[in-house]
Amino acid sequence: MEQKSHIEAKKLNVYYGNNHVLKNINLQIPDKKITAIIGPSGCGKTTLLKSFNRMIDIFDEVKVTGEVLFDNENIYKKNIELTHVRKKMGLLLQRPFPLPMSIFDNVAYGPKIHGLKSKKKIRELVEFYLKETSLWNEVKDKLQAPATSLSIGQQQRLCLARGLAVEPEVILGDEPTSALDPIATRKIEEKFHQLKKDYTIVIVTHILRQAKRLADYVIFMYLGELIEAGPADKIFNEPEKELTKEYIKGLIS
Amino acid sequence: MIKRKIEEIVFKILMYSAFITVLISFFIILFTILIKGIPSLNLKMITQTPKGGYYLGKEGGILNAITGSLILACSSTFLSMMISFPIAVFLNVYNKKKSRYVQVIRFSFDVLTGVPSIVYGALGLIVMYFFNLRASLLGGTIAVTLLILPLMCRGIDEVLQMTPKSLLESSYALGSTSLETSFKILLRQCYPGIITTILISFGRGIGDAASVLFTAGFSDNMPGNFLRPAATLPLAIFFQLTSPIKEVQSRAYAAAIILTMIILFISIMSRVISLRFEKYKIK
Ligand SMILES: Nc1ncnc2c1ncn2[C@@H]1O[C@H](COP(=O)(O)OP(=O)(O)OP(=O)(O)O)[C@@H](O)[C@H]1O
Ligand SMILES: [Mg+2]
Repeated sequence: MEQKSHIEAKKLNVYYGNNHVLKNINLQIPDKKITAIIGPSGCGKTTLLKSFNRMIDIFDEVKVTGEVLFDNENIYKKNIELTHVRKKMGLLLQRPFPLPMSIFDNVAYGPKIHGLKSKKKIRELVEFYLKETSLWNEVKDKLQAPATSLSIGQQQRLCLARGLAVEPEVILGDEPTSALDPIATRKIEEKFHQLKKDYTIVIVTHILRQAKRLADYVIFMYLGELIEAGPADKIFNEPEKELTKEYIKGLIS
Repeated sequence: MIKRKIEEIVFKILMYSAFITVLISFFIILFTILIKGIPSLNLKMITQTPKGGYYLGKEGGILNAITGSLILACSSTFLSMMISFPIAVFLNVYNKKKSRYVQVIRFSFDVLTGVPSIVYGALGLIVMYFFNLRASLLGGTIAVTLLILPLMCRGIDEVLQMTPKSLLESSYALGSTSLETSFKILLRQCYPGIITTILISFGRGIGDAASVLFTAGFSDNMPGNFLRPAATLPLAIFFQLTSPIKEVQSRAYAAAIILTMIILFISIMSRVISLRFEKYKIK
């Protein structure tokens, strides 16, 4: 891969207690592309994704060895400023989790904690990102309503807006459409297509068709190991490994 | 099929009878104090302090005890809130769930919750001796704070534990620090539950007699100074109830009505407040 990349894993191992979940992962995520992580359930996709912004730290008894380089800096080295690492990578969870506050405050929260004070600027930002996620027209008259009053699909777009508002460089999505109906899914996917101009996007999905629709680059995982990674065309059409072939054909799931 | 129907019916009956038992007990208590207390209830009770010989049936009121109890309960609720919220946050945000340490702390709070209040009174007394304090409003506040602290810690802790982990995750993912997550997210999410806990503790604090018996003392004057003894409602009720004079006993029930009304008022207020925040809560 010739492209410049700001996320790179080197000999990454993750254990939950004695459970060796990620085994010696080496990979590079291409910039300004959509990368899809695919693989059967329990193979470590979520763990891999969350190790990129050190979100796995909050689980009990996690042990990590190896490196994850972000802009050539190992984010697992001591004394790293975790809030900065996480600010640079917006994480979108499987099920949308709005914050317990109004729609407006949900989007404003990130910029505020990162030091934005001007009320006017905050208002502009909120409007901008709600438009960016095509939510503005649906919520502009009820910005002070609780975020829980939105539908699940709207909540997921709100979470996307909230994540974008802290101005990350990377978007990490953990099955971001799995709680959504097909129309809402389509909307999020379209958004991703537009967003890849400006952001590096990594999504986890177990829907092969979604991976085919979205991905430029594909990582195939199996039982905690990285089996094959490469451009989407190649992985889907002429995979090198036997396991990948079987998975693509739907023989293992 | 029949067996399952019967099971269903038996359990329904059990649930209804439990519910009715609680309801009936509540009304019996309420009716007893109302019937016995209403004849003695008058405006003087809540506008006057005891004149000489009030506890022998002479003129006056218990404004001093009402004020004393309110000040005491409010200050100890406030104090113990300032202590228990950080403790609960520490247990939930700054420590891993399964940590031995956290479990030991939780267990000790559970034990402390069951300790009888007279023991907290005695403990308060020791603290007071240490600081060379006499029986005073401050002493009572210390004892009641000690009394409700474990209750409040465990209550808030329990509420915080119910927050979905993904909510914390969402907050961290935006680059929040643990402190921001605690105060801006967790506190908001748990507002209704925390208010309920505070209310329960307040009720326990204002209604407890044994812990203030030695520590707060008693006085016929309005409480004005934290270092002087102050009257409290539970003790006023206790002293009047143990009097041989019928009239004075009846006044004890009137005082109980006032105490109950205060608790009822606080409950309703906190319900109203917490309902306003409930709508933001993530389920
Ligand atoms: N918090 C945790 N504590 C302990 N073990 C965990 C934890 N989270 C995941 N695991 C284990 O790690 C392995 C990988 O989990 P992970 O969630 O990364 O899989 P996944 O590929 O995302 O699966 P799915 O497609 O079902 O979401 C599983 O075997 C799981 O049991
Ligand atoms: Mg997963």
